[in-house]
Amino acid sequence: MMKTVRDLFRYNLEFALGAILILIVFGFAAASFFSPYPPMDSYVVAPDVPPSWAYPFGTNSRGQDVFWQLTLAIRNSLLFGLSVALMSRILSLLIGLVAGYAGGITDRILMTINDTFVVIPLFPILVLFFFMMRDNMSWPMLAVAMASLGWPYDARLIRSVALSLRTREFTAMSVFSGMSTRQILVEEHLPYVLPIVFSTTLNNMNWSIGLEVTLSVIGFTNIETPTIGTMIYWANQHTAMVAGVWWWILFPVVLVIMTFLGLYLLSVSMNEYIDPRSRLTRMGGQA
Amino acid sequence: MRTYALYLVRRFAQFILVVFIGINIAYLITHLTPVDPVEQAISSVTMFGQSSPEMVEVMRKTLRELYGLEGSAWEQYVSFWRRMATGDFGPSLSAFPTPVSTLIWQALPWTLGLLVSSTLIAWIVGNFLGGLAGYYRKNSLLKALGILAMSLQPIPYYIVAFILLVVFGFLWPVLPISGGAEMNIDRQGFAFAASIVKHSILPALSLVLVGLGAWFIGMRSLVSNIVTEDYVTYAELGGVDRRRILFSYVMRNALSPQLTGLALSLGAIFNGAIITEFVFGYPGMGTLLVRAVNAGDYSLVLGITSVSIIAVASAILVIDIIYPLLDPRVARS
Repeated sequence: MMKTVRDLFRYNLEFALGAILILIVFGFAAASFFSPYPPMDSYVVAPDVPPSWAYPFGTNSRGQDVFWQLTLAIRNSLLFGLSVALMSRILSLLIGLVAGYAGGITDRILMTINDTFVVIPLFPILVLFFFMMRDNMSWPMLAVAMASLGWPYDARLIRSVALSLRTREFTAMSVFSGMSTRQILVEEHLPYVLPIVFSTTLNNMNWSIGLEVTLSVIGFTNIETPTIGTMIYWANQHTAMVAGVWWWILFPVVLVIMTFLGLYLLSVSMNEYIDPRSRLTRMGGQA
Repeated sequence: MRTYALYLVRRFAQFILVVFIGINIAYLITHLTPVDPVEQAISSVTMFGQSSPEMVEVMRKTLRELYGLEGSAWEQYVSFWRRMATGDFGPSLSAFPTPVSTLIWQALPWTLGLLVSSTLIAWIVGNFLGGLAGYYRKNSLLKALGILAMSLQPIPYYIVAFILLVVFGFLWPVLPISGGAEMNIDRQGFAFAASIVKHSILPALSLVLVGLGAWFIGMRSLVSNIVTEDYVTYAELGGVDRRRILFSYVMRNALSPQLTGLALSLGAIFNGAIITEFVFGYPGMGTLLVRAVNAGDYSLVLGITSVSIIAVASAILVIDIIYPLLDPRVARS
């Protein structure tokens, strides 16, 4: 395990960059536990102070310290992305593995439904969801809604791997030795798809954090929960750019871009690592 | 020809399924959530003054009829579908008594124009450059473009649009950052068209910037895989013109997965367009949707959601129909 990570660092620039970015972002999120005052309380510090030694990221028009608020916001955003990704993994694994293993008509039906979900425009549907829920809209509820819509792309990927496992000899072996379908899927096939599940998890986090930021910025989530999106929302509400309080906007945007880039680079390098051909090329061998 | 007909039937069935499932999700959301849109509308009306209980009761009954919330669950479901099929979403509450369909028809051309032009630009330019980058792996300019594409691709539409807004709104104000065309201008002729183009530059640019990266990266990896195929080596040894190898031998083969990719990502691109419109106050569906939510206009929100689903499904159907013309293998399999 350690050797793999070391090799990745050495041969894969994307992995090294992504890992560094994500470590910074996670370190930032971890710092939220040491906040000297509750980050959402307003008027605990003087408002609209530009970045200085006392307030590294300045303070906003609501009298909050941007640095400490940002640590909590990024923690919530990451947590949100992680919970959506984990929940939707369950669906995509279930559907992908079953479709790939069963094949035939089951596969056709599942993949038809799958392709339908891929193309349905989710944003208007999530907006409709917010519209119906309004003040009852909560953070976990949005996570569940997004998880139940965000599985299909990855289910198709997992299915394509499972499809190739179906014809392998060890699968026939397991069937003949009397293993149940559930056992074959969980004990035999799951380990093979785990690497790809991991890289799709990172992609899914990117997707869900991005969507959450977008919904929050328009104000279509619970705007009292501090996330990167709601921070930008409040900054826009106070017309921070016009008022010259640029640090209220700049730092959240920079941090969230670091998160997206980091997660993306990690997933790209994971994919390359999974594919032996590209790994060989990278290490200087002949493909 | 028969296989093409069969193919079309299958694609059309998929289209029906997308619309069916999408509209059903919309139905479930509107009918299973604990919040009653009628009570919400009433509370927003009664908030500003006293109303007699009898009037509230009349209002409640009218609204329930208007929203199709009368009768048993099955009756509601049937009437919901009837309204979808006839395109009758009732009058808009925020722009009473204009029908929702009129508002949507006004906004739809803006969204379509922005969406189609920016998607085409991003797809064509991205694939072209990506193909070059996959074929000429050593070229440092193309390598730099690859890094740029990789760093733009994971960033959500909103952030890119917002950065463009800040740059061109505050730091270097040369382009219009809001609206679809100048307000007091003759609504026809060259000046109007020029104004539309000028106003669409920033929204289109942010859509292109994000979209370009994905097509670039996808095409680059496809091409660099195809280049190792024997037939390419053979053509190179046979002295076929390099440009001809790249465009007719390599890129043409790589285009069909990219076209499938386009059909699959149209939903996501549509989401992006809606958000970008909101950022730039572009007079399309996105701005209309946000305004409808803020005004508490139930019929309008539901109408836009349904039309979005149908619009995206139709666009995919169009791609599916022209797909076999570009790649004849598709209809035969």
